[in-house]
Amino acid sequence: MTTSTPLSRRLILQAGAATAALGAPGLLLAQPRPVKIGLVHPVSGGLAYSGSQSRMGAQMAIDEVNAAGGIRSMGGARLEALNGDSQSRPEVGVSEVERMQQEGVSAYLGCFASGIALPATQAAAKYNTPFLIDVGASDLIVSRGLKNVFRLKPGFGACVDDAMVALGEINRAAGGIAKTAVIVHEESEFGTGTAKLLGSKLPGVNIQPLETIKHANPTRDFSNVALRIKGLKPDLVIMSNYQNEYVLLARTLHQQKVDVAAMFSVLGGGFNYKLVQEQPDIALNMMDFNHWYNPKSAKATALRKAVEAKGGLFTFEVYMSYSAVMLYADALQRAGSADKEKAIAALESSTWSDHILPYGPTKFVNGQNQGGKGVLLQATRTDIDVVWPNQFASAKAVFPRPKFS
Amino acid sequence: MDATILASAAINGLLLGGIYTLVASGLTLIYGVLHIINFAHGSMLMLAMFGVFYLLTLLGIDPYLSLLIMVPAMFVLGYVLYKGLIGRLSSGKDENILLVTLGLSILIENLALMFFKGDSRTIQVSYSDRMVELGSTLVPLPKLISFVVAMVICIALGLFMRRTDIGRAIRAVAKERVGARLVGIDVERIYAISYGIGLATLGAAACLLMPIFYVSPTIGHVFVLVAFTVVVLGGMGSFLGAVIGGLIIGLTESFGGLFLGESLGQIGISLIFILILLFRPSGLFGARQ
Repeated sequence: MTTSTPLSRRLILQAGAATAALGAPGLLLAQPRPVKIGLVHPVSGGLAYSGSQSRMGAQMAIDEVNAAGGIRSMGGARLEALNGDSQSRPEVGVSEVERMQQEGVSAYLGCFASGIALPATQAAAKYNTPFLIDVGASDLIVSRGLKNVFRLKPGFGACVDDAMVALGEINRAAGGIAKTAVIVHEESEFGTGTAKLLGSKLPGVNIQPLETIKHANPTRDFSNVALRIKGLKPDLVIMSNYQNEYVLLARTLHQQKVDVAAMFSVLGGGFNYKLVQEQPDIALNMMDFNHWYNPKSAKATALRKAVEAKGGLFTFEVYMSYSAVMLYADALQRAGSADKEKAIAALESSTWSDHILPYGPTKFVNGQNQGGKGVLLQATRTDIDVVWPNQFASAKAVFPRPKFS
Repeated sequence: MDATILASAAINGLLLGGIYTLVASGLTLIYGVLHIINFAHGSMLMLAMFGVFYLLTLLGIDPYLSLLIMVPAMFVLGYVLYKGLIGRLSSGKDENILLVTLGLSILIENLALMFFKGDSRTIQVSYSDRMVELGSTLVPLPKLISFVVAMVICIALGLFMRRTDIGRAIRAVAKERVGARLVGIDVERIYAISYGIGLATLGAAACLLMPIFYVSPTIGHVFVLVAFTVVVLGGMGSFLGAVIGGLIIGLTESFGGLFLGESLGQIGISLIFILILLFRPSGLFGARQ
């Protein structure tokens, strides 16, 4: 004979509470810990625009990885951004690294400016935490023997080398009309380092540098610089500066009707869709050797549309940061852990090839990816075309540019 | 060095100095009357420049026509800000006002960063690239307009201070606060008007700057140090000093760039700042203590 006890409401509640109390820790244990990525970008100060663009690109990649189920080999661990702001100042960049270390960061991403990246990577090296350089041109970043630093993009050394090849080819095709150049650069590590390399490499493509002009950040007026360039009558003006000074200098040279075969830049900070949109007359026919997405990649085109749908511009900071996060996600997937040693080993042996950039498979030598390449770009009134190398080109270079007269 | 290049550098320096003058004239007025160093000056300039930017991009209003909107708008903003915030929080103590304006500048700059993003923006108008020949120098028309309008505004401001009742009241308050109150001047109102006029000059400066410069949430930093140098050089509270000081600083920057290079050339401004503080702390036209 069996007796049945009616289930009272109290009993059901008690059973439910007991289940919740016993089950919850189990459920919590089943959730893998998120992998924290410290974003050390300048989202305020003089470099705020570029920093914000970088942050947006990194966040888009993090969202994409999470939406696809996180890092599968880590039980679906999600990526989590720790947002930092270097305020465009090296010492603040370092303090952000220290703060994020306290918050359990697994890897850093940054820093846009070489001057910030140099001390920030050094601070991260103390904790042997991987540091992925999304943007930061100086080759010093990867030549100090720091095992934790990885740069996907080529540095200014490789960019200047490739830019010289591109310039040499285009100049030869035009009958070698460009024989002289004036270099104008900003005064920090990025501009100074690039200008030094340009000065030594230009003679190799039969172009003699006439003068190298350094300017401060910020510079409020470029009239005197334009005056000096006019007096020197170079065939090329080669610029290496950040966003604001790039635009002011380009505008002044345009206003002063400085006739040259090309206004050319290497990693030009202000050469982007924004320049084309806001100053189409000035942007027209300007050339820049820079990082760019692969215009033939469907994934890159989709990402551009997603950025533009948000009302943003698809500038190089966006896809460089996006790509750096994807590189780290691939390393985590192969390492199966966010352990710093294992992640560094996975990055060192990376052969990641799912790029939206015109890159070959990743191969790191002393933290520098050997498979990355920049492209030569030229602005039209409404868009930016890739004009070199031919396999990615979407238009033919206009060289020399039409004269003002 | 070629005389043509020297002449061009002089013209460029004077044109640049005109803008510095206008940015500094508001600062000198606020100091002269309120005896406060307005740390919010740069962020107010930024706010006004964004105003001009959006008037053009959203409503299609030319930057120079925007003078008719931005000057009164900035005056009202300054008046209300003083009456509602700065005056109340200062409790009559100058050091309090200093901290209030500093806090205000941090707040405005960060709000701008939130709403406008860190982005720098430029505008293009039909006359952006129009050039005028001054001797052998090609000068962009917007720069020339900026200089002329800046000088006209400074002269008008000087006349306003000398010839109108409010101007006289402002000078009276600046010289003797208690005495002015005793003869029936509403000192608090004059303070608010002075702060309003100080900001109105920034409204004008913003309209003149936008066709030749860019705007970003941190643009104030680019001009504010120069404006303080102009005020120190010319003498705190002196309009004539602001004009002469602005032109001297413009010329110093231009010739410094020419002879020492654009990077090193800017030390000229800092050098003047230090020398004036050392040898003539009251400035060229400032009242001696």
